[in-house]
Amino acid sequence: MIAERPRGALARLPLLYPAVVLIVFFVIPFGIMLAVSFFRREPGGFYLAEFSLTNYANLFTALFGRVLAFSLFISAFCALLCVGLGFPFTYLLTRMPRPRQVVWLVLLVSVLSLSAVIVAFAWSIMLSQTAGVSNLLVRLKLLAEPRSWSPGFWALVCGMAYLAFPYTVLVLYPPLARLDPHLPEAARTLGASPLRTFFTVVVGSLRRAIIATLVMVFAFNLGTYLLPQILGRPQHWTLSVLITDEAIYRSNLPLAAAMAVFFMVVSLALVGLAMLGGRGRPGEEA
Amino acid sequence: MPGLYLENIEKRFGGVVAVREVTLELPQGRFVCFLGPSGCGKTTLLRLIAGLERPSRGRIFLDEEDITEQPAHRRRFGMVFQSLALFPHLTVEENIAYSLKIRNVAAAERRRRSEELLELVRLPGYGGRGIAQLSGGQRQRVAIARALAIEPRLFLLDEPLSALDAKLREEMQLELRLLQQRLGITTILVTHDQREAMSLADWIVVMGTDNRVHQTGTPLEIYRRPADAFVAGFIGTSNLLRGVLGKDGRVRVGGLALRVETLPAGMSPGGEVTLSIRPEEIPLLPGGREGENHLSGRVTFVRDVGASIEIHLDCGGIPLVSASTPKNRPDLRQGDAATAFLPPAACVVLAP
Repeated sequence: MIAERPRGALARLPLLYPAVVLIVFFVIPFGIMLAVSFFRREPGGFYLAEFSLTNYANLFTALFGRVLAFSLFISAFCALLCVGLGFPFTYLLTRMPRPRQVVWLVLLVSVLSLSAVIVAFAWSIMLSQTAGVSNLLVRLKLLAEPRSWSPGFWALVCGMAYLAFPYTVLVLYPPLARLDPHLPEAARTLGASPLRTFFTVVVGSLRRAIIATLVMVFAFNLGTYLLPQILGRPQHWTLSVLITDEAIYRSNLPLAAAMAVFFMVVSLALVGLAMLGGRGRPGEEA
Repeated sequence: MPGLYLENIEKRFGGVVAVREVTLELPQGRFVCFLGPSGCGKTTLLRLIAGLERPSRGRIFLDEEDITEQPAHRRRFGMVFQSLALFPHLTVEENIAYSLKIRNVAAAERRRRSEELLELVRLPGYGGRGIAQLSGGQRQRVAIARALAIEPRLFLLDEPLSALDAKLREEMQLELRLLQQRLGITTILVTHDQREAMSLADWIVVMGTDNRVHQTGTPLEIYRRPADAFVAGFIGTSNLLRGVLGKDGRVRVGGLALRVETLPAGMSPGGEVTLSIRPEEIPLLPGGREGENHLSGRVTFVRDVGASIEIHLDCGGIPLVSASTPKNRPDLRQGDAATAFLPPAACVVLAP
């Protein structure tokens, strides 16, 4: 189809709206942060509008490096976990009769209504020594005595995966629901066992959707701020915690801004790399 | 006996019966069509044979081996789906060689075999293409090649040509028939298009909306001797007249007593019957002729499509259609009086 190019200011009006939204809510705030990251901190005050690279130079500390690496690691780890669990889950969900699918989806969406605070404290209670699931395991004679699993790395993983799982399913649902049910059947008639069919055909044909979901959940996890402080030990604190610390408790806004900008650049680079790796063949359908 | 044997197969989905009491014997090497209107269970029957569904009752035998419980991936059947179900993330060659890869065939052999199959379906050199780069007819051929890669014991096709336009469909029908004859592989094709079934199959299984098999036989047998009124109406066009069988062996339709040459066994006088007469078996004579099996009436409509002429008559409340070739075109116009002759040999008596 050949559409005529819009002419005149009036014809461009529909394009103006997203542009304005993007500028007001994204470009301007980010611009301010970017500018502040180059400003100089004034001890006891706020900041001085002077160009300097000291904030970026100050980034390169062992602590910052370690926290940055941990933030990226746990975000990626939980994204892999969510997609690893969520993909088969969603696949089986889409094979169910429609009314049952709706029940599951409503349940999942209702999880989204819980605040991170509630989720974090619920997990910390569930994994605690006094009232947690380890008591149940003791009852079942699987454990000798109740144990405390929170705070700790795995407690944090549980909390983060729990919050990201509904998003994972909701993002994976449309492409999986659209998958031609004859594709796995064709693989079966060609001799592939159900498991082999799942990996070669279902996963294979939805490779791009899987990578896109991984990227989305990874980005979602990067912002985790509250969970590490409740479910993790100090070594499990993420960069968001460090940035908040710097901005609010130490009043070093320029350094916090520099951290945030650097964090974003590194994350975007990783996302770009993942997208590059997930490109399909020429002509392949989305 | 080698071949496929279905014994009293029934399939229910919840409370709905999709296939009812099917017992069929399909000899090896035949091209079989499952023919019926939509919702008659023909696709379900094919999926039962493929192992994609389990029968609620009955057994399936292939070459005298009971395969009822065998999972689909162990059956070594080739199937072409209505949606074709080509793997979008694989190239043409990878699609065709998928079943070989599953069976751990070496890469060089896979390549050789897929080139051979592409040659067979007349797409040489297409191995490296993506599925999205192919036209409808080309995808069709790739799907056929993929199903044939493992030299299947049965070749199953679920309305694979329905998405193609009329001209391409006829071309593919011819190709499919030639391919099957060349390979000699037992083939089952599901279709709702009686023309397609007539031109492809050497054995037709007609299924009805009651989810039963109504008749099996060669296309001509089914056309000439339909087993019941449903088959007669579904295969081609037919004049179906309801009547009562008289003591003298004649069939009374309205006020007429029509002579028929053969009566099927098991019919008793006084019972209701349906007479089926193919339009091309009814010659039209000028009005006013009288005699045995002569019906006089008036022309209500003339459909002349060049290759054939259809003349619709109203014979005292009985509608009749007569078809003829342009050479034998009777000189009749709408409103003319005419006499239709129903040859006793052409009157097929069916259960009502």
